[in-house]
Amino acid sequence: MFTLDRENKKPRRDLRMAVVETLIDVMNTNPNVVALEADLGDASGFNKIKAAHPERFINVGIAEANMVGVAAGLSLIDYVPFIHSFGPFASRRVFDQLFLSGGYADTTINVYGSDPGFNAGPNGGTHTTFEDVALIKMIPNSIICDAADDVQMEWIVRELAKLKGVHYIRGNRKAVRNVYAQGSTFNLGKGNVVKEGSDVLLITAGQILSDALDAAELLQEQGISVEVIDMFTIKPFDTDLVLEKVKNKKVIVTFENHSIYGGIGSTVAEILAENTVNVPLYRMGVDERFGQVGSQEYLQKEFNLTASDVIDTIKRALSL
Amino acid sequence: MNEMEMRKVQLLADKTRLDVLRMLKHIGYGHVGGSLSIVEVLAVLYGKQMRYDPKNPNWSERDMFVLSKGHSGPGLYSVLANSGFFDREELLTLNAGGTNLPSHPDRLKVVGVDMTTGSLGQGISAAAGMATGLAMRKKDQYVYAIVGDGELNEGQVWEAFQYIAHHALHNLIVFIDANKKQLDGTTDEVIKQFDIAKKMEAFGFYTQTVKGSDIEAIDQAIEKAKAYEGKALCIVLDGIKGAGVPYFETLKANHSVKFTNDEINQATDDAIAKLEAKIGGAN
Repeated sequence: MFTLDRENKKPRRDLRMAVVETLIDVMNTNPNVVALEADLGDASGFNKIKAAHPERFINVGIAEANMVGVAAGLSLIDYVPFIHSFGPFASRRVFDQLFLSGGYADTTINVYGSDPGFNAGPNGGTHTTFEDVALIKMIPNSIICDAADDVQMEWIVRELAKLKGVHYIRGNRKAVRNVYAQGSTFNLGKGNVVKEGSDVLLITAGQILSDALDAAELLQEQGISVEVIDMFTIKPFDTDLVLEKVKNKKVIVTFENHSIYGGIGSTVAEILAENTVNVPLYRMGVDERFGQVGSQEYLQKEFNLTASDVIDTIKRALSL
Repeated sequence: MNEMEMRKVQLLADKTRLDVLRMLKHIGYGHVGGSLSIVEVLAVLYGKQMRYDPKNPNWSERDMFVLSKGHSGPGLYSVLANSGFFDREELLTLNAGGTNLPSHPDRLKVVGVDMTTGSLGQGISAAAGMATGLAMRKKDQYVYAIVGDGELNEGQVWEAFQYIAHHALHNLIVFIDANKKQLDGTTDEVIKQFDIAKKMEAFGFYTQTVKGSDIEAIDQAIEKAKAYEGKALCIVLDGIKGAGVPYFETLKANHSVKFTNDEINQATDDAIAKLEAKIGGAN
């Protein structure tokens, strides 16, 4: 069960610290959990794991492919590895390693791919991934989660630590706005209806859930009722929830910090087509573009992923 | 190695070589060259050095093996079958639809295979992780890995080597099958290797070089490696692709061979007959 905590405007902590503090706590009670870094321990906060559990922390150096292979090998000795790199290096760069030494070999590898999409900020295009979900999704039986805030991130890390397989967690390194109240719990593979509504179905995940809710609340004042789903488990996707909530909606909008291909937008399009649902779909996300450099705020605007972009899209969709 | 051990390992090598030829001739094609060049090291490992129980292949105290050069799966399957992991008859199902023996080792299918390999460069990283995990658990088992010299073209191999050397993993022995050929030609033609042993030494490995076909020398090198402390361990197998079958040793393109002409089939039959005669009633 979850409750919202949108009134608390002060971010509780960095998302990376949610990962790190949760892992340290999980490692306190589970002696099989290990953490691996590829020379980004200061950037990810993983060096705090090293301080807390030096015997179960490995810095492989700037060698992400080897990190995935070492993690696969550790999993064969019944360890539960969590690895970190920036999203593009934790997905695109090591796709074959995650696919074969991970998925195909049936090992367990938990990946924290940090700073997805516009979160790359000043690191720019080389450090940007708008396609990590699309890639990891193609690994059979993989699980993909995108954390909206630190409460959800903590829950995701604890939950995935219990499961075998290739798991990919997206999340900004920095603090993001609060959505959920402390103590909220979730269900893997189940979307959360965070706001009910009757005109529009808006499906999103990750930190832009806050922007989606901003937009929905502003539109409410203008008489447009938007239902917002936090699809924090992007794979497996909660198809049933989409089919249930799309009923009687005028339009459906997907909103993701990712390419519109291979992520939430594509999945919803497939669901609508395969189930002969005749509701117009608008996909908000990145279309045929590479990453750019700038502040996260600048890039969120540059890629049209702000609350006002959502408002514009919905109004356009409703021909208002 | 005493005389009895030597006889046992030699017999295992002969049977393994025989079954590689039989299975590849049976299906009509396959990775003959690289399978034959690792027969002796496999025989030393499975015939003497490794601790395992073929009736309990997932035994938690077993030594582990990773064939990073996964395309030599037929060589590995032959030694596993001849070490009791599964019936030798099953070898003839190689690559058939529904088989448990795919061309490249699959730990979910092949009894006795510890890690799935085939995308070159990845197996050695997994072997490094396995050795790390065993060391973290303070277990006394060894991990053995075979990397091909062609496979050294892959960058990930060197990522793994620097990791293994940095941690001076004492429970992992890395073999490099220096058979001097890869798919498109000799390693000198495709991508020069220069001095592999010197490269490994420069990377921080205690490195020995032995003849890839010399059972006694391979065994001694393993013993020496195990006794060595403070560095990662590498044994370069100075070998010949297609080893043990004169026809395949001299055949230029011997990475993957099609058994479609009389010359190849006759040479293979002759080699099979010779090995059968050598092994005698035990084949």
